[in-house]
Amino acid sequence: MTQPVANCPNCGAKIVFRWSSSVQTVCEYCKSILVRTDVDLKKVGQVADLPPDSSPIQINTEGVYRNKAFVVVGRILYEYDQGGWSEWHVMMNDGASAWLSDAQNEYAVSWSSKTPNLPAAGQIQVGQQFSWNNQRYTVTVITPAHYRGVQGELPFPYWDKTNVTFVDLRTETGKFATLDYSDPEPALYLGEFVDFEDLKLKNLRRFEGW
Amino acid sequence: MGAGTPPLPGPPKPQVKALNCPKCGAAITLRCFGQAETVVCGSCRCILDAKDPHLAILQQFERQTSDTTSLIPLGTRGKLRGTDYEVIGFQRRHITVEGVTYSWHEYLLFNPYKGFRYLSEYNGHWNDISICKQLPMVQSAFSTAAGSSANYLGEDYKHFQTSDANTDFVLGEFPWQVRVGEHAVITDYVHPPRVLSSEKLDKEVTWSIGEYLYGREIWETFRLPGSPPEAVGVYENQPSPVTINVTSIWLAFAAFAVFLLVLMVGFDLRAKKEPVLHETYQYDRAEAKSETSFVTDVFELTGRTSNVQVKTHAPVDNHWIYLNYALINQDTGEAWDFGREVSYYHGYDSDGSWSEGKQNDSVVIPSVPPGHYYLRIEPEADSSLPSIPYAVDVIHDVPVFGIYGIAFLVLLVPPLLISWRAFAFERSRWSESDHPPLQLSGMTSSSEDDS
Repeated sequence: MTQPVANCPNCGAKIVFRWSSSVQTVCEYCKSILVRTDVDLKKVGQVADLPPDSSPIQINTEGVYRNKAFVVVGRILYEYDQGGWSEWHVMMNDGASAWLSDAQNEYAVSWSSKTPNLPAAGQIQVGQQFSWNNQRYTVTVITPAHYRGVQGELPFPYWDKTNVTFVDLRTETGKFATLDYSDPEPALYLGEFVDFEDLKLKNLRRFEGW
Repeated sequence: MGAGTPPLPGPPKPQVKALNCPKCGAAITLRCFGQAETVVCGSCRCILDAKDPHLAILQQFERQTSDTTSLIPLGTRGKLRGTDYEVIGFQRRHITVEGVTYSWHEYLLFNPYKGFRYLSEYNGHWNDISICKQLPMVQSAFSTAAGSSANYLGEDYKHFQTSDANTDFVLGEFPWQVRVGEHAVITDYVHPPRVLSSEKLDKEVTWSIGEYLYGREIWETFRLPGSPPEAVGVYENQPSPVTINVTSIWLAFAAFAVFLLVLMVGFDLRAKKEPVLHETYQYDRAEAKSETSFVTDVFELTGRTSNVQVKTHAPVDNHWIYLNYALINQDTGEAWDFGREVSYYHGYDSDGSWSEGKQNDSVVIPSVPPGHYYLRIEPEADSSLPSIPYAVDVIHDVPVFGIYGIAFLVLLVPPLLISWRAFAFERSRWSESDHPPLQLSGMTSSSEDDS
């Protein structure tokens, strides 16, 4: 795969895009948030040091999902009053983009679903049910979260967020959905919970003593 | 990464952090690599903010709640379900039912890759608990209603108990904001050896699935010294000691019964049932005085050694007749002596009509070898009876069914005992639930009181 290469407009370091559709990346050296325009990379912000986190996944972690190999290329880190979680942006070997979320070692794979007429954040209550793709989802938790930082490549520009609301939904069959209210227009992600073992992850973080 | 780029320092390796309690100065160890939200000082029991570099005190420990010790020390590691886990947190919670407080302990286990898992312990009964990935389906609209159930991964769980649980003691670290005094509504559904629980906080419902473990399994897993506390009573999802399926043992019993029946029919078909003597005699009191006994004609028993049935019929009516029999082998002189009474009484009293005895009698003499035989008969009768006719029938080789009845009863014992044990165990299990079985009635007595 040919990888687009550019230089950081801030520090001049080499920027490699592992995923051709990436819209945003973070310079590994100066932590500048860079957004791709038609002609070049534009620095739009700076990532403060990410808080120490405990996800065993890191950029370049490789795994397998539904017989397709994937590699982790980026992430968004969120915090809420009961902890934090990571949405790892993964690139499947067929070029598709997906998200591998790690919420206190509970793993789920999901992908963006272009579904119209999504409910507004204020209308939703725990226990409420929605049907998408012939599947009935039940709202289990509404999480007011804070955007905490980004790392690596993302499929959209994402850096100037503060408070965002997430609505998590589950099914009786282990399916999973998230309504993301980061933008004025809600976004829906559909997916499922996955077992750590089933992902056959390689290049994980090492934990001292484990 | 291209050549010529300076080497990156790489992300810092996460490690166990050592800090000090701001209140008492004791060393605090953080074991779950930044996942902890709160940590409790092992020395002064203050609840501290694990996210704060200065470990701000969130809650002071109050001595009014009695101190307790965890059976598994924090920091102990053990392999559970193939994964190494470290005990990082411990809490005691309680419920109050009808003025009685029931306390149990929860241990939080952690693996940096697999995440969290829990162990609970109540009166020596343990459960290995993990958070449900699938959402259980609750069958009843009101989860507290008796008889409601939940379906999880295709299995039905019966509602056991809904209670308000309070946390009264915490130790170690937790990935959520834990406080003494915190309460949650816990609903348990059971399908032994599993228990499905929903824990309801203000905005969140968490479902978990637990599987019963014996104390010795915990002791082996964590290589603990000594022996685990003895389990007291029957726990909600404790597997029944009756491991044999009650239905299958009754099926086995039915199979044996059929086998007995086949055996019975087989022996019945094989028996010759050969009548060898049929005579009718007349008893006369006057004659009997001179000649007390007489002999019958000789009859032959052929074939193998077999039994002989002697049947007596007399039309007695509020009388008795007694016959002293001797079956005598003419060839060897061998004799079988036996006496039979034929009596029949009936009448009316304050309870209505009654009757006793029969006009027919039958006896079977076992193992009579073939040969020539005759009967010697010595009749006696009620003094009020001047004369009565009686018939004597001798039948060679008859089937005997009594043994089958005994075999049937003996075979009935194990399924009855096992069914009773299973029933008694389930009774003590459910007596602790929101749906205690009624006195002397079955376990299906739950829903009436709610309607």
